Amino acid sequence: MTTVTDLNQPSLQPTAPKGRRLTLPVLLLVIAGGLALTSIVRIITGADGITNVSQMSTALELAVPIGLAGLGGLWAERAGVVNIGLEGMMILGTWFGAWAGYQWGPWNGILIGIIGGCVGGLLHAIVTVTFNVNHIVSGVAINILALGATRYLAPLAFEGVQGGSAKQSPPVESIGNFTVPGLSDALVDLNDKGWFFISDLAGLLGGLVTNVSWLTLIAIALIPATWWILWRTAFGLRLRSCGENPVAAESLGVNVYKYKYLAVIISGGLAGLGGVFLSIVANPFYLEGQTSGRGYIGLAAMIFGNWMPGGLALGAGLFGYTDSLNLRGGAENVHALLLLGAILLAIGAVWLLVRKRYVPGVITLAVGVLMFTWYSLTDEVPNQVVSATPYVITLLVLSLSAQRLRMPKADGMPYRRGQGK
Amino acid sequence: MKKFDKERLLLAVAGPVIALVVAVALTSVVLIASGKNPFEPYSIMFEQATFSDIQVLIINQASLYYIAALAVAIGFRMNLFNIGVDGQYQLAAMMTAVVGAHASLPAVLQVPLLLLTAVLTGAFWSGIAGVLKVTRGVSEVVATIMLNAIATSLIAYFWLPNVFGVKVGNNNTTGEMHESGWIPGFDMGDAGEIYGLVVLAALLGIGYWVVLNRTRFGFDLRASGASETAAAASGVNPKRMVLTAMLISGGLAGLAGLPILLGDSHTYSLNFPTGIGFLGIGIALLGRNNPTGIAFAALLWAWLDKASPELDFHGYDKEIAVIMQGLIVIAVVVSYEAVREWGLRRQQRRVGAELAAGHVLGATSDNSIQKEVAGR
Repeated sequence: MTTVTDLNQPSLQPTAPKGRRLTLPVLLLVIAGGLALTSIVRIITGADGITNVSQMSTALELAVPIGLAGLGGLWAERAGVVNIGLEGMMILGTWFGAWAGYQWGPWNGILIGIIGGCVGGLLHAIVTVTFNVNHIVSGVAINILALGATRYLAPLAFEGVQGGSAKQSPPVESIGNFTVPGLSDALVDLNDKGWFFISDLAGLLGGLVTNVSWLTLIAIALIPATWWILWRTAFGLRLRSCGENPVAAESLGVNVYKYKYLAVIISGGLAGLGGVFLSIVANPFYLEGQTSGRGYIGLAAMIFGNWMPGGLALGAGLFGYTDSLNLRGGAENVHALLLLGAILLAIGAVWLLVRKRYVPGVITLAVGVLMFTWYSLTDEVPNQVVSATPYVITLLVLSLSAQRLRMPKADGMPYRRGQGK
Repeated sequence: MKKFDKERLLLAVAGPVIALVVAVALTSVVLIASGKNPFEPYSIMFEQATFSDIQVLIINQASLYYIAALAVAIGFRMNLFNIGVDGQYQLAAMMTAVVGAHASLPAVLQVPLLLLTAVLTGAFWSGIAGVLKVTRGVSEVVATIMLNAIATSLIAYFWLPNVFGVKVGNNNTTGEMHESGWIPGFDMGDAGEIYGLVVLAALLGIGYWVVLNRTRFGFDLRASGASETAAAASGVNPKRMVLTAMLISGGLAGLAGLPILLGDSHTYSLNFPTGIGFLGIGIALLGRNNPTGIAFAALLWAWLDKASPELDFHGYDKEIAVIMQGLIVIAVVVSYEAVREWGLRRQQRRVGAELAAGHVLGATSDNSIQKEVAGR
């Protein structure tokens, strides 16, 4: 609480957040700490699956579309436009990607899918920037429209084609995977040894070098690229200034409309790429309802990551990992994670108590104890609990840290050219 | 004064009319682009609306949409965005079905019990988002999106045979509800039955209007929506307002699934309609958060839904109706905003002209200048 009120005081100093920023070393430390804890849990419970190489590569594959949607959200919101329409733009990406992909090859499919997403983004930009409609309203409308458009187009384009139906496209060729020769096998061996920490690290790295699609690599590269463009170039500075204070940006000669348009179109393109990933890499075809709310989850991952690329990647990874547990972990692995949750809550409680925040500390401790009881009294967890986990975690993170999260100041605000005069 | 009111009415009607015209035109463009006749689908769908069995289907469907849209609208009126109506009504319908299957009271008690279950479940689910917003500052948009996803998992969990679920073939159900909780419909002969709870939908619409326009609470709510700071200055507790509005919205949302649950399906199964909460957002927007407007919008939506399957038999795709719904929503929000800005600009110009002519504002003719031109 104290830090928050401090931040709200006007001051001449640039408000550099003290120690709260998710810099690269901090991020790596968090990941390492999480991995070490997971490792301990794995050894205690004997659930080797939780850091398996194949588990990790599934997690990665599931995290990519969420991460791409989140990146899309990041670009738009950094320019001050809330983009709930990510889901719709992803849907456009899945359809256009598969439609072009089965006719002209997967790489063309990727390109057209991105363009499909961009069209959705352009529409969102026209409605929100030019017409100044409430951003969320526009996003909801785009979701409805994209769903309707693809459902209308799918039978027209796919019915009667070999392997296609009214709800599914014909198969698209694979763009190919790659495995780093030697290194991958070595990591798998290391992973099988079951050593503390090292094997888990090997599992994580193994997932990154075994059977990785080229598109996954591109997606991963887009995260540092986004960071570099938005935080290290003049273009990025101007774009972010439109999200923080468009009137000030305008007074410095920035064409706010142009930057907002660009940001939202890029946002749509990224969401579209996420959709293409689903319809070309994750599955080799378009299927109605394929995105199943990933656009919204991407948005949550972005907020979870405090509107920063690194945090967003962490959030997407978390969602992807819990999803992968759902797919292939089975009840045993998830059960092991209950212990992990209990330990994490205990650590959180101690941290809170040390900082003299007794009430939240005690509540956290109580929840941790409850979780441990659950762990010790049962042998497995219903699948449905697992599928709800990422959302519950997001809600918890938001409720514990919403005041620390700092969204772009003019995010979602209407802006008219010449407003500052 | 009179002239001004006429203009206000014109502005209010212009929004939806322009939107519908644009949406129809764009849909026709889509039809032409896909090589179809751009006019015939409308005549087919209009013809459908004349059949009494389709009319019954439309009214029944519209009752679900209407309640869901009211739930969204009450949030809108104070700038709260309850995207969670979808999860709230599904969860509430499921809990009601479960209670209805396990409790067996006389109908006089059973029906209120079921209604109460639905309201409380919906309010509980939206209340989580409300409490998080008030105490922790979590955006209700994100919180309700998360709660929607959690509700989906929760429903899947309740469907497990060892929890509340009853397997009927391949379908997950919650078991048949006791007959004392069924609400009889209005028999329309061959055309079918109109759900009894259509009456409830209408009553809720009236209640919505009365509460918003004729009570202090409604005034506070609208004031909070128009300007939170002004409302706070006039003594409204903004936090309590947010929480109350969220609870009411959720409670209404809880009722949205009941007409079909108590009137027809009598169990919560995989066939239960989904996505009504999201449609409700579009319907509330189209109806301008006004109970009468929402009623028309809900009927329009239900008509598009129930008349479009016929298109499949005439060589068209019924999905054109979904495109049309999407286009209507986009056209509506854009045209409302455009009309509102145009109205504001006219107003400014007139005020400017009057000031230039040396009038003292308010002293001469009207205080109506201060009225908002075309609502939101």
